[in-house]
Amino acid sequence: MMSGETTTLDIRNLNLGFRGYTGTTEVLHGVSLNVAPEEKVALVGESGSGKTVIARIVLGLLQSLPTSIITGEIRFEGQDLSRMPPADWRRFRGTRMSMIFQDPTSSLNPVYTIGVQFHEVHKRDDAGVSTAESKDRAAAILREVSIEDPDRVLDSYPFQLSGGMNQRVMIAMALANEPALLIADEPGTALDVTVQDQTLRLMHRLVNDHRTSVLFISHNLGVVREFADRVYVIYKGRIVEDGPTAAVFREPRHPYTRALMAAAPRITGGGIPDIADDQEAFLADHESHAGELPAGTGAVRDG
Amino acid sequence: MRRAIAIIRASPLSITGVALVAVVVLSAVFADLIAPFPEHRGAVVDFTNFNQPPDWPNIMGTDLVGRDIFSRILYAYRISLILAVVVLALAMPVGVTVGLLAGYFGGWRRYALMRLTDVFLSIPPLVLAMSIMGVLEPTLLNGMMAVTVMWWPWYARLVYNITLAEREEGYVLAAEVIGASSAHIMFREILPNCVPAVLTKMTLDIGFVILIASSLSFLGLGVQPPTPDLGSMVAEGAKYLPDSWWLTVFPGLAILVAVFGFNLVGDALRDILGADQ
Repeated sequence: MMSGETTTLDIRNLNLGFRGYTGTTEVLHGVSLNVAPEEKVALVGESGSGKTVIARIVLGLLQSLPTSIITGEIRFEGQDLSRMPPADWRRFRGTRMSMIFQDPTSSLNPVYTIGVQFHEVHKRDDAGVSTAESKDRAAAILREVSIEDPDRVLDSYPFQLSGGMNQRVMIAMALANEPALLIADEPGTALDVTVQDQTLRLMHRLVNDHRTSVLFISHNLGVVREFADRVYVIYKGRIVEDGPTAAVFREPRHPYTRALMAAAPRITGGGIPDIADDQEAFLADHESHAGELPAGTGAVRDG
Repeated sequence: MRRAIAIIRASPLSITGVALVAVVVLSAVFADLIAPFPEHRGAVVDFTNFNQPPDWPNIMGTDLVGRDIFSRILYAYRISLILAVVVLALAMPVGVTVGLLAGYFGGWRRYALMRLTDVFLSIPPLVLAMSIMGVLEPTLLNGMMAVTVMWWPWYARLVYNITLAEREEGYVLAAEVIGASSAHIMFREILPNCVPAVLTKMTLDIGFVILIASSLSFLGLGVQPPTPDLGSMVAEGAKYLPDSWWLTVFPGLAILVAVFGFNLVGDALRDILGADQ
């Protein structure tokens, strides 16, 4: 995976602590991970293991906190972000790297239409982009997330759309400026399982089409197994295991990974359902159901 | 909009409020046309007709120098409304900006700004305005300034509290993630979400500003004669109660109508915008 190309994201020996009244609380202890171009990497761990803070550090959102102490190296497309002044770092956000959150509906501002919010995102990349051009680009990428009537969606407010619809809008928005890296922090956890599944499939196809690298943060092993090429398992601020998804799932080496897998919720008693590991079958499944997607998910609530 | 009309029509109080505000605003705007004696707003003296009880053509009687009270009330409304609008137009932006800055940034900025706000709020409003007017000359402009100084902290507090809640919303984080500036996040993302509450407070406040301004002129610290002002008219007439009751009662009722009307409209607006949620 470490070919001649520059690694999209390369984190080395990242430490994070928070200064408190009673001393420093160490949160991350020398985390190292990397994401190659076009690679989908999952970061798995329980709540409080440090998954989300890693995402925030990569985006440069935690550094402004006066109580945080961060050491280590963060390289993004060959450039050392950790040595960069915050203003330069900000340039990458929304253009070269973007993020998707747990709750799609609260991630969209209720007072603006989707179209206006797309325009704001496009302006990050090209300040002079016209409303008409932004609308065309937004409509094009909304069609890619299986939104059949993008014009109606662009004129809608977030609260007029369903959660699944908003999640797809968020995915489209995150990829609107063709970022090199997409950080997905437990996307769709706030949605119900079927909608979550549909949107993840869409996201999978979209990042493949756009050749985007993904750092996928999740506690849902079933999803990770379907989505990621490679897995990092994080436990109490340390990476305890990593490797190709199939290998980690076949023979977990670290006791925590085994415990995590044993803790996956079962319905039939069989643990995680056995899904074919090859990505082709996964996507083929999606294609055959593609026609059914929009019918139930595009519902508009009464205003 | 249809929902707004439905809410107003469903509540008799809202209809009353809208009607009262319409009466106040229309009398202020068209005072020149409605007033039977437009010249009586100034220093006119008519001692042949002074201190007369309500009768035709002086339907609310005449004051101690023979001026038509009804005409003077119409012009007093005009001044009160101008004062209220100017005060709110100055106090609201200041308070909103302070509240946004304190709520969004937190840290030492929050303490500095909100403690400053607390200092202003700790002084009883009328006492603060009175001390300012006591130092300055009592003119309309200084009256506006005095009321503005005591009014902005309420907007700062209101917006500060909304900002604290809104800044935890996902869209603020999303905006930070795509690299939006702090100014953009405060004024373009958070501020629009404060508009319903601020708008409601402004409507309620028009009545209260009129009341405070009247209190100031009642104490002789507001608009000076011969300019007609509801507060000073009440103060002047109070000396002759209960015999010459019309000197006090009509200007007093005029204050009541304005304050009551704007309050009811403010309440209706709160229901329409759902600002109390």
